[in-house]
Amino acid sequence: MAWVIEALKAVGLTVAVFTFLAVVGAMLGVYLERKISGWIQARLGPKHVGPQGLLQTVADTVKLLQKEHITPRHADVLIFNAAPVVVAVAALLDWVVIPFGTLGDRVLVVRDLNIGVLYFAAMASLTVLGILSGGWASNNKYALLGALRSASQMVSYEIPLALGIIWVALAAGTLSTVGIVEAQVRQGGWFLVRLPDPVGWWGAPLGLLAALTFLAAATAEVNRVPFDLPEAESELIAGYFAEYTGMRFALFQLGEYGEMFAMAALASVLFFGGWAEPRLQPWMWVGVALAALAVAVVIVATGRARNLVVRPLLILSLLGAALAAVMAWGVGAGRTPVLPSVAWFAIKLFALVFFLMWMRWTYPRLRLDQLLALSWKVLIPVGLANLLVTGLVLTVAGR
Amino acid sequence: MPKVLVDWLYVAVFAVAGAVMAALPLVVVWLLAPRADLPQKTLTYESGVVPFGQAWAQFNVRYYLFALVFVIFDVEVIYLYPWAVVFRQLGALAFVEMLLFLLILIVGLAYAWRKGALEWV
Repeated sequence: MAWVIEALKAVGLTVAVFTFLAVVGAMLGVYLERKISGWIQARLGPKHVGPQGLLQTVADTVKLLQKEHITPRHADVLIFNAAPVVVAVAALLDWVVIPFGTLGDRVLVVRDLNIGVLYFAAMASLTVLGILSGGWASNNKYALLGALRSASQMVSYEIPLALGIIWVALAAGTLSTVGIVEAQVRQGGWFLVRLPDPVGWWGAPLGLLAALTFLAAATAEVNRVPFDLPEAESELIAGYFAEYTGMRFALFQLGEYGEMFAMAALASVLFFGGWAEPRLQPWMWVGVALAALAVAVVIVATGRARNLVVRPLLILSLLGAALAAVMAWGVGAGRTPVLPSVAWFAIKLFALVFFLMWMRWTYPRLRLDQLLALSWKVLIPVGLANLLVTGLVLTVAGR
Repeated sequence: MPKVLVDWLYVAVFAVAGAVMAALPLVVVWLLAPRADLPQKTLTYESGVVPFGQAWAQFNVRYYLFALVFVIFDVEVIYLYPWAVVFRQLGALAFVEMLLFLLILIVGLAYAWRKGALEWV
């Protein structure tokens, strides 16, 4: 009866991860997105429901639950109704292999599959099925165009995404997400800036290039600006979900946010050491704290503290200074690890998510031909060349 | 029970339980939300104009070309995964073999590029 216990454990973990996705991904993610978008556009963002508008998303959910479902007369009913569920489940399935941290000797991960990152890439690409079937089943010209754009975009960017993942697998020698984090702990540095010995810190340019390829492809995979053509609201009226109303529309959004958080989590695992605490000397932490503080001081001293546009930057620099100060004190007092591993995972996850949100209001949308050219003529050749050079470097240095 | 089966049991449970949970709000909506049938409401949306024709019509063949090139490269990428994992144990020979494999594919990419298969016209 061992499998019954395992199945019950799996059900419990599903509920936990789904709740995490709904609360952190959808509730907090949507709130942060609206708040940060507001600030960057010199607006206040949600403000009236709950303290500082924190309950705005809850109110929106309650509203969405009371909205009527409209199925267009000419739609393919079964596929039309199933598509949002497919998108949401695909986003959920990504989280099976994401390690959240450690508790004693145990790693907090739903299941450490031996093909972890390959599984992640496969599940992330399931989203395109939901989007394509939803857009096609709507029997709406905008939705069909959006779905087709989305499909061509997602298949084009899946290859640079996989090349970034393979680069990490090459450096780590494993496909397991837990193994990749442990490899970075063993070599004492993130894959972003360091390759296994004897290459060491000389591998930094290769790592930066791989991370850049991966992040660009990941942004395109989750359909975010500057790669948000499938849902380009000004040309396609939200694209593939133009015909969806109420909760089904929200399920698409939930899937999209879950996917975005999953991509950020995978990026932190692959290139930023996952749950592991960065190991710096106390004086380095002091330097980081002073640099962050300097940014805040400049913002305040030049009288921009009341300017909404720089507010996210001010908040972030103060938070960063506080974090670095705590780290400097903790490392100096010799109480490593200073912060619990789950906290580090959350810090890296939200830093990357903030980066994605910041990018949304910084870059204009690409044209479809530019988008495809970027993938096929820049990212794929660069990714392949990077893989070959890294292989060469590791082979020559390994002699 | 072998570990690999337990692994995929988790994935299967995740898929099924996740689908149930994703469908749950839809049930709530079915219980709570109002329903009023108006013929105009179920009309396909086309910016306020009465839609003409079906949306299931011809679309640009370019989408298909990109899908074809994608299939080639996706298969290639699948071959790269196992190579990357055992690369450091195999040494120089693994690198030379993969170099040959990738060179053939890069020639293919260059050919597709030259032929204009990667252009969106």
